[in-house]
Amino acid sequence: MRLRLVKQDTKFDFFSRWKMWLGISLVMMIVGFASFMYQGLNYGIDFKGGTTIRSESTTPIDVGAYRDAISPLELGEITISEVFDPTFAADQHVAMIRIQAQEGQEAVKSDIIAQVQVALQAIAPDIKFVSVESVGPKVSGELIQTAAIAVVLAIAAVLIYIWLRFEWQFALGAVAALVHDIILTIGIFSELQIKFDLAIIAALLTIVGYSLNDTVVVFDRVRENLRKYKKKPLNEVLNISINETLSRTFMTSVTTLLALIALFVLGGDVIRGFVFAMIWGVIVGTYSSVFVASAILLYLGVKRDWTNKPDANAGTQFANIDA
Amino acid sequence: MLQIDLWKRVVIWALCALGLLLAVPNAFYSKVEGHNDAIAEIELSGTSPEREAMAAQWPGFLPSGLVNLGLDLRGGAHLLAEVAVEDVYSARMKAFWPEVRDALRPERSTIGTIRLQPSAGDELKVRISEPDGMTRAMEVVRGLAQQVVSLSGVGASDIEVSADGSVLTVRLSEAEKRATDERTMQQSLEIIRRRIDEVGTREPTIQRQGTDRILIQVPGIGSAAELKAIIGTTAQLTFQPVLGRGSDPDANAGIGNEILPSLDEEGAYYTLESAPVVTGEELVDAQPAFDQNGRPAVNFRFNPTGARKFGDYTAENIGNPFAIVLDSEVISAPVIQSHIPGGSGIITGNFTVEESTNLAVLLRAGALPAGLDFLEERTIGPELGADSIKAGQVACIVAFTAVLIFMFLSYGTFGLFANIALIINVGLIFGLLSMVGATLTLPGIAGIVLTIGMAVDANVLVFERIREEIKSGKGPARAIDLGYEKALSAIIDANITTFITAVILFVMGSGPVRGFAITLGLGILTSVFTAIFVTRLIIVMWFERKRPKELEV
Repeated sequence: MRLRLVKQDTKFDFFSRWKMWLGISLVMMIVGFASFMYQGLNYGIDFKGGTTIRSESTTPIDVGAYRDAISPLELGEITISEVFDPTFAADQHVAMIRIQAQEGQEAVKSDIIAQVQVALQAIAPDIKFVSVESVGPKVSGELIQTAAIAVVLAIAAVLIYIWLRFEWQFALGAVAALVHDIILTIGIFSELQIKFDLAIIAALLTIVGYSLNDTVVVFDRVRENLRKYKKKPLNEVLNISINETLSRTFMTSVTTLLALIALFVLGGDVIRGFVFAMIWGVIVGTYSSVFVASAILLYLGVKRDWTNKPDANAGTQFANIDA
Repeated sequence: MLQIDLWKRVVIWALCALGLLLAVPNAFYSKVEGHNDAIAEIELSGTSPEREAMAAQWPGFLPSGLVNLGLDLRGGAHLLAEVAVEDVYSARMKAFWPEVRDALRPERSTIGTIRLQPSAGDELKVRISEPDGMTRAMEVVRGLAQQVVSLSGVGASDIEVSADGSVLTVRLSEAEKRATDERTMQQSLEIIRRRIDEVGTREPTIQRQGTDRILIQVPGIGSAAELKAIIGTTAQLTFQPVLGRGSDPDANAGIGNEILPSLDEEGAYYTLESAPVVTGEELVDAQPAFDQNGRPAVNFRFNPTGARKFGDYTAENIGNPFAIVLDSEVISAPVIQSHIPGGSGIITGNFTVEESTNLAVLLRAGALPAGLDFLEERTIGPELGADSIKAGQVACIVAFTAVLIFMFLSYGTFGLFANIALIINVGLIFGLLSMVGATLTLPGIAGIVLTIGMAVDANVLVFERIREEIKSGKGPARAIDLGYEKALSAIIDANITTFITAVILFVMGSGPVRGFAITLGLGILTSVFTAIFVTRLIIVMWFERKRPKELEV
């Protein structure tokens, strides 16, 4: 007996309410964007500058005591949080201490870090500093710029590729889906205030890649079915194509999610934010290839004379049923 | 139409075998690492029984390339330093003044007295008392100009000379500045490399980034602070004439002179001539030693030009003090007792043995031409790296097993074929990573896990197609054939678009992001290869044996 996620020959109607789905997506995008504008992202030091110290000790962590130990140093804003993770040993207590970028200092000062370490050692003698990372404000500004350029470049490159391989309507649909995915991902990061660092940019671009992968597979089938069913209206062709690829869409999403969930649970807390972004991206990306990319395609309409030579004046042209 | 030529089959299997062979060393990481280190040591400093034994841990005929572990997995320190390239301009101008002075002196009849004026660091201002002689003065100073030696600015003059009333200004030309920057960067890279090599650590990464930055990654070092102690000091050593000694840091030193603090004595300041007699660049050797009182000191030796200058100066200035200055602090200011002709000497100060050893290392490696600003520093402890590797391994194995089971449950025999291809795929990724010497980072592991999930996609596309073809009544052979044929465009388009994003990540990203891009990109290549060629070949071979009448996918 085979495991079937989707039964054979589905005939779901994905487009009877396509305007509603587009509307929902639009509203979610607005919510995500508003959250980003008002609440803002919880930028990591990669983008904001500052120092994070990850400490480990065998004694339980008293955040208040840590704070009291560090605050006499007058380093401005300090956040201290304890990290919990199923992969830690029973007597492994991990804390993250974050210190803001120091006013008027471009270069990172080792003595500040040393002071903090000495202060913490006074209250927790066996404390170890397993990682210390400092980024100056100059670099972090550049990093955020580079990251934004990378995302925009990726989208532009993809737009051009799909335009070349398909038609401009497809390219626009795919890019709309991408923008949708990115905004929703940034939105959830700002809403849940998950730390947004350089690795998340990598995750964002992977989401771009994955979502595209999914969209392109659907579009490829649409392109094929447009040639096959020359007389069917576009929404039916889209529906057939999505139903035909539905089994594959689910299979791939589930295998990818299986792998990602394993990483999320067992991969340790260092990359958990990164993996979370990807899990979210896979879900949103799968949704968007049907309800955003294809819906936009339906909205824009498609030229149907795929099989013909560009000679549009030929009287024998029979493929151009409805434009 | 399920025919694949024999040569194609051989090539496909050979590629798989090669990739897996390249991946094998990674399964025995510590052994192979010991073997590689031992070989390197034998090459460097001769053989010894222990080294031979270490080298013998891994047979020499097998490949020994390993995936480098990134800092986040191995632990170590990372620094991003900005080189203050402008430092060099003022040093250049400072050193230029004696030359200008000596050139203008014979012209005093036309230009009158010459006097150095205070100016910004990267220019030299000279006032002459007879403005009428300015044309002549400019002519003379221009005569000192040399051609810029660089690829782009050949033929351009290295200095620009301008006049404003009675003040003559000399500054470096743009072409010369560019050429100087380039030299400064090359020199800084080289010196940082030498200093880190002196300490002797494994596989440091020292890379230039952009126009004026240097990225330094040293695995296995305790902390970024330690690394900074090694490379962070410029170690500019100069020998300068002493004009006086006082306790006021803000006293008027006079133009062309400077006031520098003493290293040991709190509150003591020396007034020195800015232009040095000799600099550390002319040192050929420096060794830790002890002075006649048994205190730690550093012995040094000049090269012939340095020795001559030093000898001449000491001969002319017996009885006067001169200062040994390190990074703008006076280490000591001994009085010249006699002519020192041999070009060697000793630096004494209040050193500990460790400090004198360190200073000797720095002096031997040479001075950094300019100061460094640290923009980014990261220390990752080895424990955290080990934890990450462990967690990553567990996650990979679980993810892998889950996907294998899931594929088998969904596609039966064909799922099994896809699984074999998937195992080959992961092997190939590691093989390729080892071959190109790429660095595996924590996000890189995530990239591999993601590839495991996505690698089955191409197979799924094909299998789903085959199902459809069977449903529409095609025979088994035809269904398989058509399945591959029709799924191909989707596979190619989908993977090319993902590959584009991986390339952009690689080009734009840095550090961990880059590591992720590499595994993602290589993962796409191998998964397309395994899906289109390997799985297909397995299916065809299976089909030739079984000749099934019906196909169950």
